[in-house]
Amino acid sequence: MSDAPISMDKVEPTAPPRSQWADIWDQFKSHRGAMWGAGIFLFIVLMVLFGPYVYWNDPQHVPTGRDFLNLRDTRPIYTALWDGDAKVNWLYPLGTDNLGRDILGRLLIGGRISLAVGMAAMVLSVVLGTLIGVLAGYFRLLDGPLMRLTDLFLALPLLPLLLVAVLLFRDRLANMFGPEGGTFILIVTLVGITSWMQTARIVRGDVLALKEREFILAARSIGTSPTKMILRHLLPNVMSPIMVSATLGIATAIITESALSFLGFGFPPDFPTWGKLLFDAVDRMELYPERVLWPGLLISLTVLSVNYVGDGLRDALDPRIRGR
Amino acid sequence: MLTYTIRRLVLSVPTLLFISFVIFMLLELAPGDPLAGMPLTIPDEVKAKMREALGVGQPFYIAFPKWLYQFFVVEPLFMIDAIFGTSFGGDTQRVLSWQTRSPVMDIVFQRLPQTLWVVGTAYVVAILIALPIGIYSAYRQYSWFDNAGTFVTMVGFSVPPFFSGVLVIVIFSVQLGWFPSIYDTTHRVTDWASFRVQLQQMVMPVMVLALQITSQLSRFMRASMLDNLNQDYVRTARAKGLGEKTVVLVHVLRNSLIPVVTVIAIGIPSIFGGAIITEQVFKVNGIGQLLITAIQANDLPMVQTLTFIFAILIVLFNLIADILYGILDPRIRYE
Repeated sequence: MSDAPISMDKVEPTAPPRSQWADIWDQFKSHRGAMWGAGIFLFIVLMVLFGPYVYWNDPQHVPTGRDFLNLRDTRPIYTALWDGDAKVNWLYPLGTDNLGRDILGRLLIGGRISLAVGMAAMVLSVVLGTLIGVLAGYFRLLDGPLMRLTDLFLALPLLPLLLVAVLLFRDRLANMFGPEGGTFILIVTLVGITSWMQTARIVRGDVLALKEREFILAARSIGTSPTKMILRHLLPNVMSPIMVSATLGIATAIITESALSFLGFGFPPDFPTWGKLLFDAVDRMELYPERVLWPGLLISLTVLSVNYVGDGLRDALDPRIRGR
Repeated sequence: MLTYTIRRLVLSVPTLLFISFVIFMLLELAPGDPLAGMPLTIPDEVKAKMREALGVGQPFYIAFPKWLYQFFVVEPLFMIDAIFGTSFGGDTQRVLSWQTRSPVMDIVFQRLPQTLWVVGTAYVVAILIALPIGIYSAYRQYSWFDNAGTFVTMVGFSVPPFFSGVLVIVIFSVQLGWFPSIYDTTHRVTDWASFRVQLQQMVMPVMVLALQITSQLSRFMRASMLDNLNQDYVRTARAKGLGEKTVVLVHVLRNSLIPVVTVIAIGIPSIFGGAIITEQVFKVNGIGQLLITAIQANDLPMVQTLTFIFAILIVLFNLIADILYGILDPRIRYE
């Protein structure tokens, strides 16, 4: 190669090489809403993870005797700002409920369950959606049946069916895994198997487009097996839509769980989740609006921040937008 | 187009059959017993007769076709009877609710007006708000109006109706006392004063539902407008000297409305689903509330019928959306 017009070692790169993920991070950083969303979501996650270890009140402790009368229905400390006679207690920053249980502690514990349900259901739905999408996109034989199945699931009235299914299987699973574990498995499974359709459709479309590319042809011509093909060549290239639907999936799962709890079809009583706390407080919201506001605010804030992260991620992962 | 419509209609029959079968089999598993509330003094043989009369315990290959026949043949006949005063139905067996022992469809038609009033108004209000917001946000992309609009739609997206509903109750009926927190369905509109009361009680449920729908629609409208604003035909229209108003509101708007119209059509059934929660919050005794009480009371025929009605609505409006798309967009031609 002595007569090559340009010798490669003379050309100095103007900037150090950058990885794809550095580019994505740069684009993501420039989206202000997404950065705020990521920060708030991280804060909420850390708070519910470590808060209960730091916080001094036991969320499930029900005071008895005179303590009960002294402690029940304590208002949040900030009510003292406008109502001097309000019953407040510095040890109970957000007050207590009608049984004297600490509200902040219950919010922290409840957040753990709400977020755990959201994440677990998201993982299930993304795995299902990716599996079905890749199979339908890669194997032509499976495409028709799997996509008809997706259409069928999209045509099901989901909320009514979720309610019916909770009613049907709650007792059976509660016998097998205990009331909390059973409900957790039930809700995660139900939310997971009713929310994979969008992911499957997007992944299938992307796989169909990728299949026509040269590198797939090259891989096939050296005899790559279908499993290797999917794992090594297809999946890494459809990661970005999967990541976006994963973030948005957390939001949907949290909302669905809270909606089920709100309608009285969620976790058993005295087992706090944000939706359940909201539901329990509705009857007395005229006297104690804070018991409705805090869980509701936390649900909305979590979902809002997750949605913003998803929005920013979509922009950051789209090479057409990135770098503009 | 006609052949496409007919083919889709024919194809939707197996879809609906399958969905009804899924719903039916799911409910077959239900542990509930319609005679659980009966006195224990009733002898067993009488109980067995009562079960037989209610059609409980039949194998599914008898019960399912029977239910299909009742739903698709008997109930429409009774509907025709009710409208035209005929008597095709005669004394055939109808789908009976286990709760009230009266025909399910009668109860559904009693509850339907409330749902339609609230949900329908909310949908119209949402469309009227969402379209202008979407158009202006896209036209002035990244202006303060667009940013504020994006934030508000994000919030509307993220705040679930069971919180926004409770929030407006706390603000507008507890603190300010402007509107009643409970929707009174027995209220009759007879004069201006009662019409005002009706409007007042509708404001909050409509507001909550409309916020949700507006945020989805206006985002969609904005995206669709943005797609079209950079097209060549827009430049051509401007180049030949058309006014800005004509360019945006006639040329761009008409083209961007095509996908939005189909989204509006697809959204109609999901609004019935979303209304379940809103109805529960404001105690509107519409279809959603009927479904919840039926599920809690183990009233399987009622649950079955209602879920199936929801499924029919979804399939029907998906079909309508596809056909609308074909009619509105001449580039799309179905074989």
